[in-house]
Amino acid sequence: MAKSIDVSDVNIYYGDFLAVEGVNMTIRAGAVTAFIGPSGCGKSTFLRSLNRMHEVIPGARVEGKIVVDGQDLYEPGVDPVAVRRQVGMVFQRPNPFPTMSIYDNVLAGLRLNAGKMKKSAADDIVEKSLRGANLWNEVKERLNKPGMGLSGGQQQRLCIARAIAVEPQILLMDEPCSALDPISTSAIEDLIHELKDEFTIVIVTHNMQQAARVSDDTGFFNLKATGEPGHLVEFNPTKKMFANPDDPSTEAYISGRFG
Amino acid sequence: MTAPAAEAEEASANWARARAGVGDRIFAGSALAAGLTILAALAGVFIFLAIKGASGFTKPAEVYGPHAESFLGYVLPLLVGTFTASVIALIIAVPLSFGIALVISHYAPRWIAAPVAYVIDLLAAVPSVVYGLWGAFFLANKLVPMHVWLHDHIGPIPIIGNLFGEPNPAGRSVLTAGIVLAIMILPIITAITREVFSRTPRLHEEAALALGATRWEMVRMTVFPYARSGMVSAVMLGLGRALGETMAVTMVLSVGFDLSWNIIATSSPTSIAANIALKYKERSADLLNVLVATGLVLFLMTFLVNFLARWIVGRSERRMAR
Repeated sequence: MAKSIDVSDVNIYYGDFLAVEGVNMTIRAGAVTAFIGPSGCGKSTFLRSLNRMHEVIPGARVEGKIVVDGQDLYEPGVDPVAVRRQVGMVFQRPNPFPTMSIYDNVLAGLRLNAGKMKKSAADDIVEKSLRGANLWNEVKERLNKPGMGLSGGQQQRLCIARAIAVEPQILLMDEPCSALDPISTSAIEDLIHELKDEFTIVIVTHNMQQAARVSDDTGFFNLKATGEPGHLVEFNPTKKMFANPDDPSTEAYISGRFG
Repeated sequence: MTAPAAEAEEASANWARARAGVGDRIFAGSALAAGLTILAALAGVFIFLAIKGASGFTKPAEVYGPHAESFLGYVLPLLVGTFTASVIALIIAVPLSFGIALVISHYAPRWIAAPVAYVIDLLAAVPSVVYGLWGAFFLANKLVPMHVWLHDHIGPIPIIGNLFGEPNPAGRSVLTAGIVLAIMILPIITAITREVFSRTPRLHEEAALALGATRWEMVRMTVFPYARSGMVSAVMLGLGRALGETMAVTMVLSVGFDLSWNIIATSSPTSIAANIALKYKERSADLLNVLVATGLVLFLMTFLVNFLARWIVGRSERRMAR
């Protein structure tokens, strides 16, 4: 199920403004890849280009190739809607649909794809997805209550359940823990470890310890200077990145000398 | 002994002297006053209508003129006229307004959306007399073939056919009045729904898109549920304007007094508001009381419809919140 992502010569624009320049990397299948870097360096922007969510913003566009399973996501004729069904996403702030119950939230994506399904099949998927997101035991008694009634950490796991219910190949996470307390954060990090067997996971984080804890590979993004586009400074296995990085600016960032 | 005590007193005075102070109190007071003013105005209107209109309910038969013998017989056709015209207007205007609002807020590129929104707002600035003139002297004539067509094709169908009986040869029917009203209430419904549509949290929209929703699916999953309450408000304001609209209906409709469901008829009951405007000139004191009483009926009906709509929306939201 998990697929690798080959990124070559990607430039990302907001209108005429070049936000991220010249990214090349290979994101391994079935591994966790973390992006770190100072604010405004384009790591979230780059993440959003991996499921074509970047172009939702008017004027935003992407140049270059992002290949998943032999298919360039930006080839003409590729439907962004189809891309997003293969590449799921979890956002910075938990965003369950406010008018839907927990049950309906989990099924929201599936109902788009499949339309009608049998009640028993739907029940199975809801349970499997919620178990997958480590949320089942907490909500199984109140599946028909609104998703907004959960705590922030539970809401975020509900969003993860919603994303994995459609069985994507890749799961993108944009600072998924930045709005959560340490206990919820730890729950999500445990979950990431379990999910990487089934999904290729790409996570953006401000928290370098988190990157070190959860990821197999790490990419460090930085700005050359203020007003210049962001770029990928270094992409290496996480162990090497945190012990013996190739680039001096990576070391400076990781050791806390800037950013 | 005295020095520390004085210090403590000063300290506690520092804590007590809330920085919020005057500005907050003025603002709270003026907000409250504004709210109470609305309630007072509404109560004032109601009391005026009740006092002046109370005697109107029981006037002798001759006051009501040749077409009715009791208040009920007088007001019922008017009420039907008011509501048929308004309902026709809503049926036409609501889907159209929601569609336009959605295009402006979610579909059209900004360089089209902004001018379209502006033009729609301009529609609201056209005085109702102008709509009345246009409806009576231009639109009505143009709609004559439609009246004939509706009568020929839908008229024979049982039940629904009753709505499309003998057509008005000049086109000055309730249907035409409803269409003119629809154009008049279009801007207000569009403006409000556009505003609530565009307030949908980006986070929710992106949640839907990231699940692989098309734009329309995203709208259905996030925009409509979020905007539902605002959409009802918009429709209610539109309905309010349609119910109370005077000039356009007065000018377009050829007035009759018989209770009839034929919306393309030669003579149909006019609306309460239009009737007041028509009869106001010939005011005998008795007739004036009757007119005020019909106004009271309209006032209460509007209230009722409003509460009903709120209740329906509130009920579905409460069910979700349980």
